Amino acid sequence: MAEDKNRKTASVRETSRKGTVGKVLHYIRRYWGFLAVSLILAVITVVLTLYVPILIGRAIDHIVAAGRVDFAAVGRILIKVGAAVAVTGICQWIMNIMNNHITYHVVHDIREEAFQKIQVLPLKYLDAHAYGEIVSRVIADVDQFADGLLMGFTQFFTGIVTIGGTLIFMLTIHVQITFIVVLLTPLSFVIANFVAKNTYSMFQQQSVTRGEQTALIDEMIGNEKVVQAFGYGDRALERFDEINSRLENCSLKATFFSSLTNPATRFVNNVVYAAVALAGALTVLSGGMTVGNLSSFLSYANQYTKPFNEISGVITELQNALACAARIFSLIEEEPQVPEAGDAKTLENARGNVELDHVDFSYVQDKPLIENLNLSVKPGQRVALVGPTGCGKTTIINLLMRFYDVDAGGIRVDGTDIRDYTRKSLRINYGMVLQETWLKAGTIRDNIIMGKPDATEEEIIAAAKASHAHSFIRRLPQGYDTVISEDGGMLSQGQKQLLCITRVMLCLPPMLILDEATSSIDTRTDLKIQETFARMMKGRTSFIVAHRLSTIQNADVILVMKDGHIIEQGSHEELLAGGGFYSELYYSQFQN
Amino acid sequence: MKRLFVYLKPYKKECICAPLFKMLEATFELFVPLVIAAIIDTGIASRDTGYIIRMCLVLVALGLIGVTCSITAQYFSARAAVGFASRLRHALFEHLQSLSYTEIDRLGTSTMITRMTSDVNQAQSGVNMTLRLFLRSPFIVFGAMVMAFTIDFRSALIFVAAIALLSLIVFVLMRISVPLMRQVQQRLDSILGITRENLTGVRVIRAFGQEEHEKAEFEQRNSLFTSVQKKAGKVSALMNPLTYVVINAAVIWLIWTGAVQVNLGILTQGQVVALYNYMSQILVELIKFANLLVTINKAIACGNRIAAVFDVNSSMKEGTVDTLDGIVNAPEENVNVLKENVKSVPAVRFDHVSLTYQGSQDTSLEDINFEVSRGSVTGIIGGTGSGKTSLVNLIPRFYEATAGSVQVNGRDVREYRYEALRKGIAVVPQKAVLFHGTIRDNMRFGCEQASDEQIMEAIRTAQALDVVEKKGGLDAMIEQGGRNLSGGQRQRLTIARALVSKPQILILDDSASALDYATDAALRKSIRELPDTPSVFIVSQRASSIRQADQIIVLDDGRMAGKGTHEELLKSCQVYQEIYYSQYQKEVQA
Repeated sequence: MAEDKNRKTASVRETSRKGTVGKVLHYIRRYWGFLAVSLILAVITVVLTLYVPILIGRAIDHIVAAGRVDFAAVGRILIKVGAAVAVTGICQWIMNIMNNHITYHVVHDIREEAFQKIQVLPLKYLDAHAYGEIVSRVIADVDQFADGLLMGFTQFFTGIVTIGGTLIFMLTIHVQITFIVVLLTPLSFVIANFVAKNTYSMFQQQSVTRGEQTALIDEMIGNEKVVQAFGYGDRALERFDEINSRLENCSLKATFFSSLTNPATRFVNNVVYAAVALAGALTVLSGGMTVGNLSSFLSYANQYTKPFNEISGVITELQNALACAARIFSLIEEEPQVPEAGDAKTLENARGNVELDHVDFSYVQDKPLIENLNLSVKPGQRVALVGPTGCGKTTIINLLMRFYDVDAGGIRVDGTDIRDYTRKSLRINYGMVLQETWLKAGTIRDNIIMGKPDATEEEIIAAAKASHAHSFIRRLPQGYDTVISEDGGMLSQGQKQLLCITRVMLCLPPMLILDEATSSIDTRTDLKIQETFARMMKGRTSFIVAHRLSTIQNADVILVMKDGHIIEQGSHEELLAGGGFYSELYYSQFQN
Repeated sequence: MKRLFVYLKPYKKECICAPLFKMLEATFELFVPLVIAAIIDTGIASRDTGYIIRMCLVLVALGLIGVTCSITAQYFSARAAVGFASRLRHALFEHLQSLSYTEIDRLGTSTMITRMTSDVNQAQSGVNMTLRLFLRSPFIVFGAMVMAFTIDFRSALIFVAAIALLSLIVFVLMRISVPLMRQVQQRLDSILGITRENLTGVRVIRAFGQEEHEKAEFEQRNSLFTSVQKKAGKVSALMNPLTYVVINAAVIWLIWTGAVQVNLGILTQGQVVALYNYMSQILVELIKFANLLVTINKAIACGNRIAAVFDVNSSMKEGTVDTLDGIVNAPEENVNVLKENVKSVPAVRFDHVSLTYQGSQDTSLEDINFEVSRGSVTGIIGGTGSGKTSLVNLIPRFYEATAGSVQVNGRDVREYRYEALRKGIAVVPQKAVLFHGTIRDNMRFGCEQASDEQIMEAIRTAQALDVVEKKGGLDAMIEQGGRNLSGGQRQRLTIARALVSKPQILILDDSASALDYATDAALRKSIRELPDTPSVFIVSQRASSIRQADQIIVLDDGRMAGKGTHEELLKSCQVYQEIYYSQYQKEVQA
């Protein structure tokens, strides 16, 4: 049974590798013209490169001894050599450029596709995968793949042609000596294999230890401030050193033993060389070939063995590249979010009638979170969501914005199921401010105009003033043109939140979602912003999540949620009078 | 860069031996064409089979010696490189521990991590390759030239010309391609940036319908990257064909000169073959050398980046006083008296303190004055960016006051050793960070010897007992960053961690923000009831959290807007009134 399974996974791996090669070829196919030219040039280059030693050998045969030199013949041959070399040089150059072109464009296309995929992947996938992992696929894996591909083009193919070509040339010179070369060369293969097999575990050990060290560095240096605050530095160093010395040990082993391949195979080559010299010289004595032939043969023996050493390196590189490619393809082939229907409607200027009808939803199967949720919001109503952490407030926002699709039931905006609208049109009808502020690298202005790229300067400043961000923006070194690094950098959490609010202020969509929108802003500024919010929310359907109960008291409906259910529903006064969970929560703020 | 060589110093022997053995190997390799020439000129010419066999055995022997030398060299270079990297990493880690918050801010986390990992690895392989190959290739090239001189002066001049031309080609191509490579790296970084951004900001991007815009932006950067890559590729694509053409042109010239020399009886046929072989050796080595230069260039760039981190030194100087009690070299009988004296001075005192962060024009704190008596509770309240965190960060000397003096137990914090300050002062930062390991490991973070009772006591005080019980006791594993805990759970555990070491001063920097009001209140109550009550600082935006404090400091834009108890401030301080009423309006109206 288990064996059967093993065999199955092995065959799956086999087909998936084949599949990967097929996919890579699919990308290369677009550049088949370049590829064809490159292959033809490779053949020309190799043949000419191999032909040159023959010519030189012939020239040497015309240089026998003092007074016995045939200058005319030598001259003729040398001109041929010159022509061959010139053509080789040019072909090689064009071939290199072709290979670069194919590789870089294939990689460009793959990266492009991967990025476009990210834009349509469901949030379910993105939330479940570490960002670093996806980034490393798009960047590091693709890069590694490019290296492997380029190496494959430049070395693998020419290597094989070289081996074949040399073999033919050698056979034309002398069959028996060729056999000596052919029989002895695989020895270097055997040695290289032996070393690779025995060092594999050392390399694994090294990469495991290295990973362990990186994890520690990531944790300690990543939280250096906490480490210092607790005086943990010395102990961190101790832990670091322990791993470091282990790493040194296994690194030394891996580095040293793996470096044995090169000298060992070179030694085999030297033996082959000596054998050829011996057999060749003896053959010359018996008149089987000329000294010039011997000279060409020796240089072939060298060229014949070299690609073998290279190819074994290239094969590992290619395998690595394929593994990387497989990881990228698994991202590219990940199932995208449910595509939009061809006749999906565009939601324009929603009136703001939102209905949740028997909604079921869970992030993890078998662990229901929201069950049979019903809610009807009239245009212009303010809905506040209250409840302990994990009760499903943020989930409702995920559903409203259609970041996730409901499992059962439906959500309707203005009477139409949101799945019948285009995603984009649905989403831009909401103005969303989240607790987790996100700013992109760029100027303050770039960040503000995200939802309204054609906004005028006056509009931008008016929005910033409304959100009370104008005064701090003005004080930045370059005002609205100050460049901020990814995720805000120097700005405080509160300032970032103000910018996110400004962003929404500027485009003012017909519906609003405020998820802890002012949690990092001090209460005084918050109070002022609340006034602006109040003005903004007039006539707009709004959903508000907040910790500070003071900010939601004016809501038309307060939904008190617990474990995915709405347990209380009503206005602030009604809920207080009801004396339930909400009133408990409300009065706890005043206890000391 | 040069300063990194210190870490190679213990490997002097290895650094000399590795290239030395490599050169030995190369020397033996250089003999090979001579032996072949002998076979042709002596063995074949005189039809001496025995001689030919002996010479071929010599070839095998040369190979054997070569492989031995080479392996020895590899061993030495591996040892030097790996040892170097290990020492470098240690030194770097230690150095980073010595930096103050100012420098940590300046360097940035991701920079520090890259320097410690991939940059050191690159430097390691750079050292390894340099030791192995840097001397070998030039040695073979020049060795081949010298050998050519021993054979024939006129032919050797061709070698000189060829080598000069080849060096020029390698040099020029490198000059052009290295900056291009740097550009390639920069473009790649920008692609990395946008990819990351699109993942972290996916919700906002989709909410604003920015997908198409982001795709276009990516496409633009990606194409730019490809074009720079192709440009760099075009230059390096020249390397092989050019060297090939030059070498073979030299070969043509060499054969022709050889023909003339042989005709004159100056050279033999075998010697011409030998010269030709030497020329071929040069070609092989040059290509290796060019590849090596690329690796070395990369390694040097990494080395420079690492060296730049070493150049960043802490802007603060550590003091000498070992304990917060401030008793230095006091005679035994005076200790108790001194301890009593210390009790009478304020636990913390700010004396005209100002702070301006490095690289910033505005002051973050200006002329702050206050005193905190032992065991009291101080509340710090103020708007976003008013300087609350900056203020408390000065007490354990995370940052240095730019003017004025911060005193703990009557002594300027600059006089204490860091360890003394940080063992005696516990901080619970805004961001609740926990580490991978058991809850117990995390609790012992600041106090290695803490017993389980001590830990449980701290956990109870921090209202975190239910967290520990739910997770299954002190041995429960916490994932990196505390991912398997909720925000509130993390916060309570970080508070417990701070309490374990029984600090004299406890700073809660907005660290109860994720707790509900009831838990927050219970927490404050239990801290107040601790034996040896620490002096507590509570930074908060909630008036309710600090309302009961013995003293409240109100900050507004880096200045002190008020100081006093809740009742006093409510009467006299306008900023405090605004803050308070923004949270309690209903109550007041009622």
